[in-house]
Amino acid sequence: MRERSRRLFHPESDIVTDVITRLEPDSRAASRGLSDLTIRNLFIIPTIAFLIIFNVFPLLYSLWTSFTDFRASTTAPANWIGLANYRELLNDPFIWRNFTITAKYVIISVTGQVVVGFGLAMLLNRAIPFKGLVTTLLLLPMMLSMAVVGLFWKLLYDPSFGIINYFLGLGKFEWLADPQVALWAVAIVDIWMWSPFVMLLSLAGLSAVPKHLYEAAEIDRAGPFYTFFRITLPLVAPILMIAIIFRTMEAFKTFDHAYILSSQPTTELIAIRLYKMAFLEWQTGLSSAFAYIVLIMVVAITNIYVKYLNRAKAR
Amino acid sequence: MARVELENVSKRFGGTRALKELSLTVEDGEFFVLLGRTGAGKTTTLRVIAGLEKPDSGRVIIGDTDVVGKTAAERDVALVLQQYSLYPRLSVRGNLEFPLRPKVRKMKDDEIARRVERAANTLQITHLLDRKVERLSGGEMQRVSIGRAIVRDPRVFLMDEPLSALDAKLRESLRVELKKLHQDLGATFLFVTHDQVEAMSMGDKIGVLRSGRLVQVGSPSDIYERPRNTFVARSVGSPPMNLIEGRFSDGKAEVNGFSLPVASSASAGPAVTFGVRPENLVLEPGAPAEAKIFDIEDQGVVKILTLDMGETRLHATVPAGLHIQRDETVRFGWKPDRVLTFDKETGQNLAVA
Repeated sequence: MRERSRRLFHPESDIVTDVITRLEPDSRAASRGLSDLTIRNLFIIPTIAFLIIFNVFPLLYSLWTSFTDFRASTTAPANWIGLANYRELLNDPFIWRNFTITAKYVIISVTGQVVVGFGLAMLLNRAIPFKGLVTTLLLLPMMLSMAVVGLFWKLLYDPSFGIINYFLGLGKFEWLADPQVALWAVAIVDIWMWSPFVMLLSLAGLSAVPKHLYEAAEIDRAGPFYTFFRITLPLVAPILMIAIIFRTMEAFKTFDHAYILSSQPTTELIAIRLYKMAFLEWQTGLSSAFAYIVLIMVVAITNIYVKYLNRAKAR
Repeated sequence: MARVELENVSKRFGGTRALKELSLTVEDGEFFVLLGRTGAGKTTTLRVIAGLEKPDSGRVIIGDTDVVGKTAAERDVALVLQQYSLYPRLSVRGNLEFPLRPKVRKMKDDEIARRVERAANTLQITHLLDRKVERLSGGEMQRVSIGRAIVRDPRVFLMDEPLSALDAKLRESLRVELKKLHQDLGATFLFVTHDQVEAMSMGDKIGVLRSGRLVQVGSPSDIYERPRNTFVARSVGSPPMNLIEGRFSDGKAEVNGFSLPVASSASAGPAVTFGVRPENLVLEPGAPAEAKIFDIEDQGVVKILTLDMGETRLHATVPAGLHIQRDETVRFGWKPDRVLTFDKETGQNLAVA
């Protein structure tokens, strides 16, 4: 062991000289073939090719289809129909219902996640026994597959043998069959799954608040609420905002667990509507236009958030 | 306003004993400076008084009451920290109002405005009131944090190295301002620092702290002229006091083979440590001792010489006008009545003990 560390740290040792020669340009390393050109060919070109094939091309292709009456299920050629798809979608009251449902879902779900996640972070941001273990356990839901989560929550919600009704003593309460409750049920699953994410980011924000500020506030006789709203919240706000941006974007495109849990019209989120339009009705052109409308909305909402984020940071 | 008293306060952090039976009294309206090195327990002392740490044993008395069981908020003390601790995202005004706003104070808006105005005037930060604290310079930040202490009219001001993070010039001017503030307010100040210049220039009284114990308490001149032991002797004065090991023989000090006169009042002991401040070393042709000039540091008003006596090096402060070269051999002596003698083993000042 001593021999090894001597070799590692002694300046004259061959390992160190070797590393130094590697770092110098035009040295042995270059002659071995790890030149800038090789790096470009090996790593950068495949990445760019991958991006173009799987991201850029579909993006542009779907933009083009959105202006056509293309149907992927037929061999009929696509006809350019201009903005007709967009006009049809924006005039369709059913589509607007999907948007309203989605908006409601995003608000319930993100609010829930922020409240629960931030609350958990506040509870964890102190010396408690088994803190690491508790944090890890709380993070577990986040690591599951959304489809799996949807499937087992369907069991948990089951009116006759579901464990939720059993524990809450709700008898045969219909979580998913009741059109008024179903959206909440879907949102609760999302809150359960993604609160840990907000918690994780909040925890990082909270632990970055200097302790001496709390001490100064304590000496200044500030109460817990005053301290929270004047010190904690303003300092955690930027990172909390980032969590909200991420969660809003994700909630906007929620599909898997919502699709599995409920087939109510009241839980038909835009992603589900989009899926049906594209792959059950095969209206490829129309659904491409729909996807673009959703994209524009998400970008717009994110922009508003980012503006707030920058303002929170600048203050 | 109130006096502060610590009685046998001990505090332990894990295995380290930060404070060991510390007793300390700050009189009402006094500017008390606690001087000590890093880890001496200065900050812990302040935090115990402020109520941010609970002492393991002992009593903390503010005014007439034992406050050990009370929270920081109930003690009505103000604490100014080295790192400013300004509330972020608030304006200067917001920061100054912060301690007055909490509901428990039930303070009226015009009273708050009046106090903020007064504090801002005192510290000359009126023009900064509407600026965000992130946009202030270090000196301005520290003014604001002092202002936040003033607005409250606390019973005691506690200051934890408030000037250490500032540059030298600013530090000097704020030092003067703080002293003036203390005179104007007539409040009790407990000021903690590791900087002996700050301690000497600001304190009515200085307490020298060493590993959780007070070594000596006294006026700046007491500490400077009559240090209780070699530790205190080296803690104040720049450059610090010269300590030379030697012995008494025939009423004279014998140092490195030279025989130097001492005042008769000096207590005798065979082997002692002589302490003499650099300004009390005198360079003159016929003087009894000899040394080589090792280094010259020209400070404008004075020159600080490092004298090489072979085994020991001494500092001497001489007028800047004195022409002298490095490696030159000089004769020097000392002012016999300004020489202190310390026990060689314990470091105790023999005249005091």
